[in-house]
Amino acid sequence: MEDNPLKLPLVLRQNSSKALEEERILNSGRTKRRIQQILWHAVGFAFAAVWIIPFLWVVRTAFIPKDIAIDSGWSWSFTFENLIHVWNGAPFGQFLMNTLLVCGVVLAVQLVTMTMAAYAFARVRFFGKDLLFMLFLVQIMVPPDVLIFSNYQVLNEMGLLDTKLGIMLPYFASSFGVFLLRQSFKQLPYELDEAARVEGASRLHILSRIYVPLSRPIYVSFAIVSVSFHWNDFLWPLIVTNSEENRLLTVGLAMFAKATEAGAQWSDVCAATLIVSAPLMIGFFLFQRQVIGSFMSSGIKG
Amino acid sequence: MEGLNGMNAGWSERLRRNGFGWGLVLPSLLFLCLFTYYPMFKSFWLSFYEKNLATPEPLFVGFDNYINLLHDNVFMKVFSNNIWFAIGTVPTSLALAFLMALFADKAIKGRGLARLSFFYPNMIPMIAVANIWLFLYTPHFGLFARLASWITDQPVNLLGTPDTVMGALVIMMIWKEAGYFMIFYLAGMQQIPKDLYEAAAVSGVGTFTAIRRITIPLTMPTTLFVAVVAITNSFKLVDHLWIMTKGGPNNASNLLLYYIYESTFNFYDQGMAASMTVIMIVLLLLISSLQFFGWDRKIHYE
Repeated sequence: MEDNPLKLPLVLRQNSSKALEEERILNSGRTKRRIQQILWHAVGFAFAAVWIIPFLWVVRTAFIPKDIAIDSGWSWSFTFENLIHVWNGAPFGQFLMNTLLVCGVVLAVQLVTMTMAAYAFARVRFFGKDLLFMLFLVQIMVPPDVLIFSNYQVLNEMGLLDTKLGIMLPYFASSFGVFLLRQSFKQLPYELDEAARVEGASRLHILSRIYVPLSRPIYVSFAIVSVSFHWNDFLWPLIVTNSEENRLLTVGLAMFAKATEAGAQWSDVCAATLIVSAPLMIGFFLFQRQVIGSFMSSGIKG
Repeated sequence: MEGLNGMNAGWSERLRRNGFGWGLVLPSLLFLCLFTYYPMFKSFWLSFYEKNLATPEPLFVGFDNYINLLHDNVFMKVFSNNIWFAIGTVPTSLALAFLMALFADKAIKGRGLARLSFFYPNMIPMIAVANIWLFLYTPHFGLFARLASWITDQPVNLLGTPDTVMGALVIMMIWKEAGYFMIFYLAGMQQIPKDLYEAAAVSGVGTFTAIRRITIPLTMPTTLFVAVVAITNSFKLVDHLWIMTKGGPNNASNLLLYYIYESTFNFYDQGMAASMTVIMIVLLLLISSLQFFGWDRKIHYE
């Protein structure tokens, strides 16, 4: 319309000049918003860069020859030697297997115990349910990390110190998982239950054939949160284990870093750090959306 | 006769239902008792006894352990350290997390990259984070020392100086945690109806006003939740001390849980460790109960 105002009647032309004026104001608003947006982007990406630099610095140090690593200059030289040296310097393969085992078994047991308890809390009326539910709540407020000292004594009484089972045992029941899953079970329509029962299905059958498959996203979320927690856990496995064959990746890394500290072998420490962090990091890069989504939907860790 | 049978059937049905419910909860409950309640009561019991290298058999001392803690300069120092650590990390990481979420929510280009770079520190074990930052903070070779060498000729030893060590650890913790809290803000922001912003834009409200009047109030429940998690974490996350400072220099960076660990495994003072565990449990229960009683509702309806 504003392209060719001459064709329009006088009144409209006046209006259109008014519109032009408005358009000008709007345009200036748009430029202002545009500048704001550019500034906003600049600040945001500056932040992102600051967040990424520490990791890049470690990656760089892990891949350059030792003598250049502590040099103040910049260099493009590149080597796999540090990684190979570190991998052979400590039984990281064993640590990796242990970590995989611990994460796997803990998750497997958690999935079973939490499914059972969540179903009971969601769909079974039984005596003392509310009180029990409160008891479960406390574990979320006082997680096992805080009870390391007393849990250590419990393990001692059970004679399970320096075993992989000892590392796993305190985490076999997850109140957090129970809460998460109970919420999901409660949202399933009750009619499903009734229909299946009319067909003659037992409650355990209903639980395993209807409730569990329909709550898959929750299980995936919980699995991601649980594995990343146990993969990264340190103080508890450190306390429980003494021997190399029971150590986890994190503990192995700490021991390795401590042993090399004196020589300030930073390229080795960086390489080891990379080895320990890599599996989860790669998983995270590949399944970024799911991982972030899981943390979003699940709330608390552990 | 008919009615009696019906009553019997009712009773047996009820009995079966209760048995089923308890049976489902039992495995979780067993682990909960073994690794949450039993350790908690054990700590509570032991906190009234003297038990250390000099007195291997527990000796009842009443409240002496607690009174001793009040007079223990190291404990008071560690306690105040922990409070400063919380004050240093919680508000800043919450504010940053909010900004990050705004950015990762709105910015169209590079949104994924921004989320990735803010969140990845969470996928790295705390122990690896400690290694990375120990390297960054190292005198002479570290990134910070190199940056500082442009400004001052003095060698900079951030972790070795009592005045700077806490600040250095606070910065690291913010780097590690802000991206994690961002996730919750992202989830919170996505629940705000889009037409609120459209209505605001139509009535000529600027971006910043919209954030102040719409986003901040409507993410208040998230803020409360994240604040509780963040405060809890500031008492819980101690792995980094093991690698970076061992609580030093001169206990300037020591935190409660690490001091409990030291008392147990380095000083073998179990009575003291138990009473500190009890203090920690009470503290955590108080913090988490903020979430459950009142606060939530008040903030929501403000």
